[in-house]
Amino acid sequence: MTNPADNDVPPIVQMSGITIRFPGVLALDNVDFSLRSGEVHSLMGENGAGKSTLIKALTGVYQIDSGTIVVAGKAEDFRTTADAQRAGISTVYQEVNLCANLSVGENVMLGHEAHGRFGINWNHAHEEAARHLASLGLHLDTRSMLGSHSIAIQQLIAISRAMVLDSRVLILDEPTSSLDRGEVEQLFGVIRSLRDSGVAILFVSHFLEQVYEISDRITVLRNGQLVGEHVVDELPRDKLVTEMIGHELDDLKSLSSASSRTIDRSGAPVLRAKGVGRRGVLEPGDLDVFDGEIVGLAGLLGSGRTELVRLLYGADKTDSGTIEVKGKPARVTTPLHAIEYGIAFSSEDRRAEGIVADLTVAENIVLGIQARRGWLRKISAAEEAAVVSEYMEALGVRPANPNMLAGNLSGGNQQKVLLARWLATAPELLILDEPTRGIDVGAKADIQRKVAQLSEAGLSVIFISSELEEVLRLAQRVVVMRDRKNIGELDASGLDVEGLINYIAHSGEGSVAR
Amino acid sequence: MMKLLRHHLFWPLMALVVLLVVNSVANENFARLTFRNGHVYGALVDIIRQSAPLMLVALGMTLVIATRGIDLSVGAIMAVSGAVAMTILHDSDHPAAMSTVLVAIVVALAVSLVLGVWNGLLVSVLGIQPIVATLVLMLAGRGVALLITGGRITTVVSAPYKFVASGYISFVPFAFLIGLVAIVVVGLLERRTALGVLTEAVGINPEASRLAGVRSRGIVWGAYTASGLLAGIAGVIYASNTMAADSNSAGYLIELYAILAVVLGGTSLMGGKFSIAGTVIGVFIVQTLDSTILFLGVPSAKSPVFFAGVVILVVLVQSPRVHRWFGSMVRAIRGGRLAPTKGAKEVAA
Repeated sequence: MTNPADNDVPPIVQMSGITIRFPGVLALDNVDFSLRSGEVHSLMGENGAGKSTLIKALTGVYQIDSGTIVVAGKAEDFRTTADAQRAGISTVYQEVNLCANLSVGENVMLGHEAHGRFGINWNHAHEEAARHLASLGLHLDTRSMLGSHSIAIQQLIAISRAMVLDSRVLILDEPTSSLDRGEVEQLFGVIRSLRDSGVAILFVSHFLEQVYEISDRITVLRNGQLVGEHVVDELPRDKLVTEMIGHELDDLKSLSSASSRTIDRSGAPVLRAKGVGRRGVLEPGDLDVFDGEIVGLAGLLGSGRTELVRLLYGADKTDSGTIEVKGKPARVTTPLHAIEYGIAFSSEDRRAEGIVADLTVAENIVLGIQARRGWLRKISAAEEAAVVSEYMEALGVRPANPNMLAGNLSGGNQQKVLLARWLATAPELLILDEPTRGIDVGAKADIQRKVAQLSEAGLSVIFISSELEEVLRLAQRVVVMRDRKNIGELDASGLDVEGLINYIAHSGEGSVAR
Repeated sequence: MMKLLRHHLFWPLMALVVLLVVNSVANENFARLTFRNGHVYGALVDIIRQSAPLMLVALGMTLVIATRGIDLSVGAIMAVSGAVAMTILHDSDHPAAMSTVLVAIVVALAVSLVLGVWNGLLVSVLGIQPIVATLVLMLAGRGVALLITGGRITTVVSAPYKFVASGYISFVPFAFLIGLVAIVVVGLLERRTALGVLTEAVGINPEASRLAGVRSRGIVWGAYTASGLLAGIAGVIYASNTMAADSNSAGYLIELYAILAVVLGGTSLMGGKFSIAGTVIGVFIVQTLDSTILFLGVPSAKSPVFFAGVVILVVLVQSPRVHRWFGSMVRAIRGGRLAPTKGAKEVAA
């Protein structure tokens, strides 16, 4: 067998100096990327690193501002996805993009039906579809409806459709995120046989295990820039995680460390979760949070950290486990229940799940209080003004104009407004999911300082961040998540970033100290 | 001046004023008010009096649209409400007795309220798309009304009931007073309580509102319930105007005129920010336009086309995109003379 990662094989896709700008954002900055026939190449990076932008440039969804794309030796200028498909590039997305209400055979052959003397020869088309499916080890009734099959099978059908199109490059964007272990094995079998037949495969997944299992080569992006391209054997996991996450700017390090504070864990915890989980989302696990304690949740995106806090807050429903608040059993099935128990949750998706863009800053800040009081007891103008000015000042929201539409604020200031909304409800437990993502350094420091201050005054916090320095600076205890489960708990004092990365990457393999 | 131009009610108000001026110029009788027997008569009074049903329906529609929904069933609810009231009066031995009339109205409104609750249930609890959920009642409602009246056009003679649409208190049409009370009640309910801002929050970003603890189900449900009740009142007025339960023509197409009035008043069909005052102006625009067709003597065959033409014009005049386009045209004609850019204005404001 030839070494698929051999550098002598000429790349089928060569992207050079790719730059894409969106209003106010440099999404890709002079990125090089190459893909060779007969290899599985993983594209890695945290959210916002530029993975999907790069894929969309290659599939003709976005036009590049500068750079070149060469496919099979031919310079291409993709204007539409059809252009990319003609060049032999096919994509199978996380959400299957086939027609659920057509038959399997119709989906596979759509646009390439076998024509006879009287129009389409459906018998022939179905035979051909069956042949394509069989070559991937799928033996299905091609006349059954696509929608009647599992997502995993649908994904394999989408791949065989790509093969009908005679694709030389297959892009798999998070194909495994809704598959179980056996289905992943089946998919990987198909991927390997395609690779061996010479197809170039671009694989994107948040699951480290899977990336290491299937990939020949890994390219890492961060903040729209290329960090490096590696043959998989030469890239240990901790190095990969470090490359993905990066290191923070120095002026944040001057923040006083809250993590060495001692926490009294003798009383009843503010929140105790026992066996909380949801099938396919999060494996059951435990979590305690004590008075005045900051618990950090560390792990890569998709590791289950967001899923866990959403279950605790009642944003999603659990199907196992119990929750206790201050020693008493609590029933938390909606966000409003959680709020009534003094739990507040700031989502990682500021725009979609946090800010109400067309309401003013002031209205956004008092929304939490108002929701808790109900519509009949409207917060008075004087009280609103007092609350709003208190928190805008304390958090340093800029511009300091409460009547401005919240949607027009910068990301960092929107985050401060959300923090203000929750602090104004006087919670006992504050859950912050990626409160510092995508905001400038000054705002990051402001928010961290505030969180440290509040916890000293007795507020309990669950703090989620991809930036491990932040987690270690603030938290007294770190809970590590991987592959949708809680894999361990660490005391934060004396723990450094390398140690934590090591744990995230290796724990459970019996070689933590490697 | 710029501040005035950018007020959200400026363009709707402008459209109404232009319509009124055109009417007055076209026909001097339009603006004339005459006093007879202590009552005021005139085209303007007619517009105000006749606007009551549309006003009530459009108020409810505003609340529903603010939640990102739509209520297509209002016309059918009007028909049911009218049918219930007229059938009760018709089957009663004393249709002219005040007590009978009150019973007829209360039962009609209760039935409308239940229909509104039904719509709200479909949308907020069962999660059916609003346009589909209310289509059910839009199609079925008139059939229910026909069942209630036994397929006939029930007519009744009842002076107290006739007063609802045709009576005057002092010189003010009673129907207009009902509309006015509805405007004030809805306005106070939305703006003096937190209902308005919570409705807007749900309409702008349902998921963020849910996570903030807003009881969005109750708010959406309430909006459809209010819309049903207000349509019911409109149905009672409509039936009183004709003193007949005509299940086919009561509130015919009123859902579309109501949506039009809401949009003309500056509330976006995308939900969120809404304006009660804007809707009131929108209703008067639609109602005045109706009279304009009469006063300009547009032949009835051409009147729908005329109506549509004016509506397109009014909508275009209000469109921000047209404003920008027009603004850049003006600047180009002035030969690039210094006009403040959009960014500069925002900083100044």
